Formats: sequence, structure tokens, C-alpha cells
Amino acid sequence: MNEVKPTDIRDPEYFHKVVDCQYACPAHTPVPEYIRLIAQERYDDAYMVNWESNVFPGILGRTCDRPCEPACRRGRVEEEPVAICRLKRVAADNKTSILDRLPKIPKRKNGKKIALIGGGPASLTVARDLAPLGYQMDLYDDQPAGGGFMRSQIPSFRLPPTVLDEEVDYILDMGIHTQFNTYVDSLKGVLDKGYDAVFVGTGAPRGSDLDLPGRAECDKHIHVGIEWLGSVAFEHIHEIGKRVLVLGGGNTAMDCCRTARRLGGEDVKVVVRSEFAKMKASPWEIEDAQAEDIPIINNHVPKAFVHEEGKLLGMTFDQVEVVYDDSGKRSLVPTGEEVFFEADEVLIAIGQDNAFPWIERDLGIEFGKWDMPSVDQQTFQSSNPKVFFGGDAAFGPENIITAVAHGHQAAVSIDLFLSGKSVQQRPSPGVNLISQKMGVHEWSYDNLVTIDLRQKVPHVDKNLALKDRKVEVELGFDLDTAYREAERCLNCDVQTVFDGAKCIECDGCTDICPTDCINFIDNAPEPALRQTMRAPAGNEAQDLYVSGELAQTARVMVKDENVCLHCGLCAERCPTGAWDMQRFLYSVTKAG
Amino acid sequence: MTYAKPAFRHPDAKTNDVGCTRRDYEGGLSTLCAGCGHDSISAAIIDACYELSIEPHRVAKLSGIGCSSKTPAYFLSGSHSFNSVHGRMPSVATGANLANRDLIYIGVSGDGDTASIGMGQFAHVMRRNLNMTYIVENNGCYGLTKGQDSATMDTDSVSKKGDINPYTPIDLVRVGIEVGATFVGRSFSGDKAQLVPLIKAAISHRGFALLDVISPCVTFNNHQGSTKSYASFREHNESMPVDFVPRREAITTSYDAGVVHEVCMHDGSVLRLQKVNEEYDIEDAQSALDAIAHHAKEERILTGLLYINRDSEELHDVLQTAGKPLNTLSQRELCPGSRFLDSINAGLR
Repeated sequence: MNEVKPTDIRDPEYFHKVVDCQYACPAHTPVPEYIRLIAQERYDDAYMVNWESNVFPGILGRTCDRPCEPACRRGRVEEEPVAICRLKRVAADNKTSILDRLPKIPKRKNGKKIALIGGGPASLTVARDLAPLGYQMDLYDDQPAGGGFMRSQIPSFRLPPTVLDEEVDYILDMGIHTQFNTYVDSLKGVLDKGYDAVFVGTGAPRGSDLDLPGRAECDKHIHVGIEWLGSVAFEHIHEIGKRVLVLGGGNTAMDCCRTARRLGGEDVKVVVRSEFAKMKASPWEIEDAQAEDIPIINNHVPKAFVHEEGKLLGMTFDQVEVVYDDSGKRSLVPTGEEVFFEADEVLIAIGQDNAFPWIERDLGIEFGKWDMPSVDQQTFQSSNPKVFFGGDAAFGPENIITAVAHGHQAAVSIDLFLSGKSVQQRPSPGVNLISQKMGVHEWSYDNLVTIDLRQKVPHVDKNLALKDRKVEVELGFDLDTAYREAERCLNCDVQTVFDGAKCIECDGCTDICPTDCINFIDNAPEPALRQTMRAPAGNEAQDLYVSGELAQTARVMVKDENVCLHCGLCAERCPTGAWDMQRFLYSVTKAG
Repeated sequence: MTYAKPAFRHPDAKTNDVGCTRRDYEGGLSTLCAGCGHDSISAAIIDACYELSIEPHRVAKLSGIGCSSKTPAYFLSGSHSFNSVHGRMPSVATGANLANRDLIYIGVSGDGDTASIGMGQFAHVMRRNLNMTYIVENNGCYGLTKGQDSATMDTDSVSKKGDINPYTPIDLVRVGIEVGATFVGRSFSGDKAQLVPLIKAAISHRGFALLDVISPCVTFNNHQGSTKSYASFREHNESMPVDFVPRREAITTSYDAGVVHEVCMHDGSVLRLQKVNEEYDIEDAQSALDAIAHHAKEERILTGLLYINRDSEELHDVLQTAGKPLNTLSQRELCPGSRFLDSINAGLR
């Protein structure tokens, strides 16, 4: 039988995985690190930790999809995770000027020119990473200002333009040459200008339409969601009819319906094909929509636009039932009942696609399934070595933080490529592991675990919010609340590091551990080990930390990382310092 | 220093028959030295009470003075507790037990509190076979006063300062068997697999149960040359595994035939012991004393259940006291009137 080998804690990925939030973040932002800085009222420092990693702390602190929060360890020991996203906003809202902390841009350039196509988060991240290295960059976008879909699709009541402008300008002010209001209609044309590399960050710009009877006849009253949101953002549209139907269950649908409420929509309904539980929108966005008196009607499949000589009257839907077959496959079975909802206007927010009509197919860029370019998952290089993709343009619609992560990696590749190195040789992450011991029983972090529940973010008065689409709904945490919320963080980056050579097997750590994580047992194959532990380690997504054979009894120390509170009590009760609490800082290496 | 243990517990923590999780049996956060064996014994008491599904308020914990005697503050915070005078825990336990025979009495003492200042009371409470569990947290030194050798320190053991102990130790288990304890075990704080079932058996035993638990003092007696260090004790420990099987459960563990001994406890639970050899009869005092002495001669320390007498009369039987706790008796029963007093007086004339 195969006994478990001792855990190799020198592999940076082992402890990285213990920091659940950071591990889940596509850009691997060191979350506990900046939360501690917020608790210490060091907002500038907290902001810069974020800025280094995710480029848009103020924007993401309002709009991130928060993959970190479902991963948060706190959600496994109590009801709700730490409000990580809203703490990020606290850092952004309370910082002073950070201009002197931004990287210096060399006056003498390195002679290499890069074209960035699209002005969204992916392109901006590439620009931010490469400008300090002396690259010259031209950024093309068909919109009048930078930010891409962060500007055109995210309504102002969620993301004020001032916040967006500030963080976009930090980058554009690095000497990026911008060509706004310029639609690039030929990649060949760009390449012909003699750029050394081209980065394509054009997003997924095409909103899906719905070809149903009546669609063409009432075209005036029917809009594709993302296009309509863009027109509102750029002030081409100022009003909407009183009765509005929004089709779709994603975040765009939520933004559409809430914007409609602000532009004069009084009876706004969201109609979704499938059941509530399957909706793609973030739960908090759905909640916010419902709080603005917008009903969400599930299990209704759109059937036809009903009109009278081009004047929209409403829409008919087939009511359906969700049925799962034996293999778990889901189908929507019509109940036979047809439903009619009145409407003056309809917004279609049922998805968006990539579209590359402007890329010639003879440039050496291979296109594969769904007419998407073949892009390397790690290097973001296409089959034309000069052309790189990132953000939604690379692998389809994701989110801002994923686009940022792509941008960082593409920047690394572009820098390697233009330095004549292999793009496959990725730089190792930066890793730092330091003891937090300050005294006999004293730690440099707040190791006491508070039992406070998640703090709620206050909202502006609803009547005020619905009058003006530019009034931000969420007010953000005040500093006292932010501190209380920051203290809920379990400091999962402060690692429990075990040195078996020092252990005298006194059981002190096992006895004190509040969540029964630590065991001294005979080694066995992992499934058996997981069962013989004091609290069986059922969460297999979480690793076991296993020591080598111990001197006195030949047993091994086995720690289940799953619900470790990182409270440091094991290290406090250890007479020999075999346990130590060490802060693990992991940073994804950037270009240069 | 952390002064409060986090309130969160393992999300899958199970509850026992009385609806408590293991953490419901905890006490305050220990202020003993990190790595102290006493804390492991507290943890073993917590495990035993949790696994026996004892309601915490059915327990009275008693102690004297010393590091060991501080520990009742660190377990069973929902139980009755009395921290008495140095070496005088047995008399307080006797008084409490005579007043309320229904509680479970757990006394915690140390080698100083038991074998030095408390030796007199210790011997007499065993003679009387008071129904209680008496745990000695035995580290061979006076840890609270800088680690001087105690009366249980082995001859030739070296103190932290470098002095060699010239005196003969008191072996508490041998004293216990000689003087009349009816359940005598020895164990080690670093071996919960043996200690927890032993504590459960001791609690189930009707009569005086003595557990001498070697509990290394990490600060003053865990160095090379000490016979009561973690390493030295593990090296010389001749451990006899113990399995405690509550009445309702089927026996599943299997041992080699011949050396296995099953003891049916007073409450119907079963104790399965793996003896060190076939001849050893743990229900015979002389056999037990011989086995202990034989191993001691070979520098082995025998641990496990060493001796048991299941058919003894505990103090209440001997004194023919009331069958119920005094606090449940009515005023009529407690004060039956002058007619009864007259008849008692008449009997004494």
C-alpha cells in the first residue's frame, strides 16, 4: 500500500492553494495581505497591493464577479465569506494620491512598437505592464474613451465614471498613444504599419439577437442589451417606454432592467427561459434588481413579438417546466400554456459572441471552433507569433478580472518574444515565507478569530437612486464597518509550518486545535488517512499536510487544511517551535 | 497571547447522545506551559466524558494545589468544581460524595499533592474505597516551584540542574493496590489511545479508581537523563492496550487469544485488555504487584489497567447511608422528630 509522502512545502503551489481566495482569483491578488493593510488603516498600501495585481481596484471593488468569495475559507466555518470585494473598494475610496508610487516610464524607449487593439481591461493591463519597460504602444478603440466594456456596459449607478477615468488614466498617462473613435477594420493594415507585436483585446462585442416573428416589424422598439447600454452610457439614449421587458438571466439583463427603471421604465420585468437557480447573474445583482421592484419571471420561453402595424404591444411566451432525465440532462418542456406580457420596449440580453470580421484569414492566424482564433492557453500567442490575444477576445466572454489575468500573461509573452526568448519559459512566481513570531506567544497579525457576521453594504435611498442613473447605489463601507469586516478575514496566508525534527509529540497542538485539524497517526494511503483522522477529512478539494515519520513513535503529523482557522494556537501550544506561523506572500511575476 | 479559543468548531462535528459536541466539554484556555502533559490529560478527560455522553452538570471535579490541580479550570466548564487545600482534596471529595452519591467524582491531583503533602489523605481515601476517579498527573517534579524532585522521581534520574536523585520513589500504583484501591491503572499523557478508554473505565468503575498518569513537565523535566521525559517514557513504556466498549456496542477489535482479558464492568460495559502475558491475572492483587515489580526490574514501565476488584463494597455500602442524595430528602426524612431521637438515645443507654 502506498503511504502518503511528506508534503513538499517548498513547492510554492502548496501554500498558494491554502490561500483559497488568492488561489481562486484569476489574477491571484494577495487578498489577506491587503485586508490586513485595510485593518491597519494603510489604505494607500492596500490599494497598491491590489493595483500591482489586478490593475483596477476601484473598478473591481464595485464590479468584480468575486470568484474569491465562494472560495473563502470563512464560508466553510460559518454562513458567509468575507466581503472581499467591498473591502477592495474601501482601499480605493480611502487612499490619498498614489501618483508618486506608480512606476516611472523611461523617456528613452527600447525601440519596439506594439499595437493594442481594443481599450478594455486586457489591453490596458498589457499597456501597464509593458510601458515601464520602455515599449512604445498605440491603443486603438472605436469608443470615444478608454475602458472598453467597463465603460459601455457597466451602468454608472454601479461604476461612477470618475472611478473608471481615474484608473484608466493611470495607464493612459504612461505615454500610451491613443487613437479613440477609430474602428480597426483590418488587422493586415495594422501589421503593415510595422508593429513588432499586436495585442488583440477587442472583447466579445456582438450581442445575440432573437429572431422571432415580429422582430423586424418592431425593430424600433427592440434593442440588443449591450448596444443599448452603450448608447445610454454615451448619452445617445435618454429615455425608455413605461413598460419594458428584459429577456435574459445574466448580469447584462440585470444592468438593462435597472437602467430601464432609471430612464422612465415603470413596469419593468425580467423574463428568463430557465429556472431561477440556473440564472447566470450574480446573486447580489439579482437581489439589487429585485430591490428596485423588478420582478423576475422564470420558465418562460419567448415566442413572438406582438404588434399592431409596427407598434409593439407586447410579447408572447411559452410557459415551460424544467425536467431532468435519468442522466441528469435538463430540458424545458412546454406546459402548453401561452402567456402574454404587455410592453412598449424590449431589451434582449441573452448573451454575446466574439466576432472577428476585421481579421483577414490569410495572416497566419488559425481559426478553430466557433470561428475563434487558436490561442495558446498559457502564452496567449496565436499561430502568428506576432499576434497575441487576451480578455474575452481570447476564449470567449468571461469577466474583468480574467481579462486582467490574461493581460499580465500576454505582456510577459510579448516581452519574452520581443527579447528573442522562448515564450514557453514562464517566470516563476515571487514567493516569500516569513515567521510572524513577535514574542513567546505573540504574533504580528490579529490571530484572534472574531465571530462577527458579514457586514452589509449600505445603499442610497431608492427613490433618489431611481431618479438619476448616475447616482451610485452602493455607498461602500464606512471605516468602522470596514475594520470589523476586515477582522473577519482568517489570514489564511499566515501558514502553519511544521518542522517534524523539532516535534516531541506532546499532543499540545492536537488538543488545542479548535477545528480538530491536527492529527498524529500512523501513515496510510490517503483515503484511509482521511478517514482515520480525528475529524474525517471529507473535503477532497483541500489538501492534507503530511510530515515525515516522527522520531519517537514513527507516526506522522497529518493536518487537514480544510477548516484551519490560522489562529496560531497550535504554534502557541508548541513547546519546541515545531509549529510556526509564517506569512506566505505569493505574487505572479509580471513582465520585465 | 491568545486568551480565547475561537468559537468556531469543525462544521461536521458530531453530537453525542446528550446533544453535546466535544467542544461543549471544554473549559477555559490553559495557562500551563506549552507542551505540558497535563493539558493532554485534560483533553483525554474531555474525550472520555464526551464519548460516554455524560451530562456535564452530573460531574463534580475536585483538586488540590499545583500545576495539576489548576487543570479542572481547563475542562468541563459546565461541571461542579472545588479547588481545595494542598493535599486535602480526598476529604473534600469524601464529604461531597457522602452528601450526593449520584454525581460522578473526578479528582485531579499531582505527584506533590498526592505523594508528599497529601500522602496521608491519599492512603485513607483508598482504604475507604470512596466511589471516585482519582487522576494523578505525575511528572516527577514540582513544576510550580522551579522543578525540584518530587517523591515519585525515580532513583538516579537527573534533574535539569544536573543533580542525581538519591531517594527511592513512591510508586503510586503499588501503594494503591496495597492500600485498597479497587481499580488501579497507569498510563501516559502522550498515549490517548490507551488513556481515554482507561478514564472511561475508571468513571464506570464502582469504587475508588486510581489512575497514575505520567505527564512530562516540558519546562523542568523533559531533558536527557530524566526518566519522565517524553522520549525516555516512550522508550521504557510497556503498554497494554485497553478497549472500552459501552454496553450497547458490539465488540469489534481483535487481539491475540490468550493474552486478552475481558472485564465486565458494573454498568454492563466491557473492558478488553491485552495483557503483557497469559499468567498475569489483573483481578489478583499479588499477580499485579508481581508483574509491576518484574517489569520495573527490567527497566520497563507497565501501563494499562493493572488491577481491578469488581466486587468491592464502596464507602456508601459500608456506612449503609441513605440511597438518595441528601438534597433530595424531605425535611420529614432529614428531621424525623423527637420520637426517633428518643429511640436512638434509648439504644445508646
